[in-house]
Amino acid sequence: MIIRRSRRLAAIAAVAVLATMVTACGTGSTGSGAGASQSQSIPEAGVDDGTTLTMWSRAPLEAQAKHAVEAYNSTHKNQVSLELLPNDDVEGKVGAALQTNTLPDILAGDVVRVPYWAQQGIFQDLTTEINGLPNKADLQQGHIDAGTVNGAEYTLPFVTDISVMVWNKDLYKQAGLDPDKGPSTVQEFHDQAAAVAKLNKSGVAGTYVPGQSGGALVFQLFPMLWGNGEQVLSQDGKQSLMASDSAKKIYTVYRDLASAPNGVGAGSKEETGATWTAPFQDGKIGVMPYPYTAVSSLFKNSPFDVGVAPIPGVNGGSSTFLGGDAIGVTRSSSHVAQAWNFMAWLMTEDAQQKVFADNNDTASNLKVLESGYSKADPRTVVANSTIKTGRTPVSVNFNEAFNAAGSPWQLLIQHAIWGDGSTVDADNTAITTVLGQ
Amino acid sequence: MTGTRATVRRSSAERRDNQRGWAWAMPTTLFLLILFIAPVILVVVMSVSKWTLLGGDTGTNFPDNFTKVLSDPLLRQSTWFTLKYTLLTTVVLMPIALGLALLVQEARRWNNILRTAILLPSALGIASASLLFYALYSPQMGPINPILARTGLMDLSSSVLGTPGGALWATVILVVWRFAGYYMLLTMVGLQAIPADVYEAARIDGANRWNTFRSITFPLLRPTIAMTMIMSITGSLLAFEQFYILTKGGPNNSTMTVVLLIYKYAFETKKDLGMAAALSVLVLIALVVLNALQLRAMGVEDEED
Repeated sequence: MIIRRSRRLAAIAAVAVLATMVTACGTGSTGSGAGASQSQSIPEAGVDDGTTLTMWSRAPLEAQAKHAVEAYNSTHKNQVSLELLPNDDVEGKVGAALQTNTLPDILAGDVVRVPYWAQQGIFQDLTTEINGLPNKADLQQGHIDAGTVNGAEYTLPFVTDISVMVWNKDLYKQAGLDPDKGPSTVQEFHDQAAAVAKLNKSGVAGTYVPGQSGGALVFQLFPMLWGNGEQVLSQDGKQSLMASDSAKKIYTVYRDLASAPNGVGAGSKEETGATWTAPFQDGKIGVMPYPYTAVSSLFKNSPFDVGVAPIPGVNGGSSTFLGGDAIGVTRSSSHVAQAWNFMAWLMTEDAQQKVFADNNDTASNLKVLESGYSKADPRTVVANSTIKTGRTPVSVNFNEAFNAAGSPWQLLIQHAIWGDGSTVDADNTAITTVLGQ
Repeated sequence: MTGTRATVRRSSAERRDNQRGWAWAMPTTLFLLILFIAPVILVVVMSVSKWTLLGGDTGTNFPDNFTKVLSDPLLRQSTWFTLKYTLLTTVVLMPIALGLALLVQEARRWNNILRTAILLPSALGIASASLLFYALYSPQMGPINPILARTGLMDLSSSVLGTPGGALWATVILVVWRFAGYYMLLTMVGLQAIPADVYEAARIDGANRWNTFRSITFPLLRPTIAMTMIMSITGSLLAFEQFYILTKGGPNNSTMTVVLLIYKYAFETKKDLGMAAALSVLVLIALVVLNALQLRAMGVEDEED
């Protein structure tokens, strides 16, 4: 009898423990699809009342995030406490924090992840506040578009990173090319890379491809289509247009270079993105599309002369990939007005000048881009001028289709450049399948 | 009357014993329940739920998670790779561990130093060991590439981890380095449990070293070998850290293990905890079946007293 009762007690205890655990996991359930909306009215500039705000950003943007937070903290009563997350841990950490309602007040994330986050209701709806910004028209639109779902706006630009075409002027001289003239079409890019390859110098190649990094590949190649006036995704972000005639022309150019001696740098096929900027920095590459954040330091420190131009479209025109991180107030925040104070301040010309332009980083405010770099290297001005024509691809499943290791986009590039080149249509369909999930 | 009193005394003593027994067992029971049983039940619940990383739990959807997982071509690819890696690791690791154990079995001064040296990598966590090898394999900073380039086996700017075959073997070498000492130690314990008089009898019968190994050492070591093999096979089937750090499943998904796929479902590509849980349940079932088959095949069963 006692044994039976004890068993029953033990069973009840076990069920209670389990129920507690399951309930604990379930309480954070948020449901999907809805963006959070805050109801209280917020002053145009937010509230600066000495609140301590928490903020998460990615470790690769440590310098820019620290500049922003230090500049804000030194001039405001509110204080922002910054935590940097390793790039690979962001998704898991944000997911876990969302389930337990422990997200920080302010969250900055890779702009290609932001559409999914916004759709899943991570951010507070800031439509009224963003539209009320006196200088909204001056801000680069890509990061605002990425965080817009069904007309509701959730994010502003945080750090803008762009892609540009760079070339090694010393190698150009040796190859008999004009060192002051970069490529203005994809065919010219091919011809100039091929000319450097023909130098037949040990370890020197025409161009370099981060063949195993979907993220770096979109950064390099998408502007070639945008510059041509074409789209890379359908309007709803559910269809890949990376098997168009122009896209195939780009793959053919790279394929041709890859099959020529010294056409693409050794290790291109295996490059995971961890070291994709290194070969150009080492003076081993003729010409390649490149992240601007990695260029400015080369102006002073590089033993060779660097040329900078916008990435050309297939047949002319130019564009850039507006990457970097967008920023929003999370649904866990109970200090929306204070968080908005930080965001609104960051958009002002003064803040953009102090935080970004004065540190040779790219501002998100177009006015600062035009007038805030008078003391900067002329090549910085060339790079900044690309932002007007820049784009950010917006799709909920972009990360899985393009950025993730082993993504269908990465496979398309592998097959198109180093395979038999016949599977572009099928590989593009595989990307569309993932985008449309 | 006396008998009744005695019965009452006995039953109250039994009751006290039972209560004491439960009190002693309670911490372990709770420990088991919270750390082992509850997570398994939770995973099963998740596997039949629509439970996304950011969206949370939005109800039951059996058998959708399972059908989605089973129809993913990556599952077949990763299962095949995991089996290949498991076979390769076990085939390479087990004989090395046995050989090392036989080599340093006897307690001599140099053997003690050797044992320590061989066992030392086991003190490192597998993640730390993977990071160490990542640096060694790096084309930018590691010494492996220049050595291979000098021998003409590889281009100087290529990466050891850049090809499917290279990435697989690079990982196997890491795992053998990390685990050989540990399995050597386990095998040595098994070797030392074999009674010396059995060897003595064999020597009197005139058995040579090979015959002694074949007829005495190996058969009596079978339970130890079975245990180390089960540990190696189970560990390899659950391989994660080394691939997460060294290859991220690449190049082109060629080194994707099943557990890495679970991680990718949950946090990278699908962001779907339900799908990840469904695959976890399938892996759990496969492991239980495999371990049962293995124990039976190795002839290791519970002995009746």
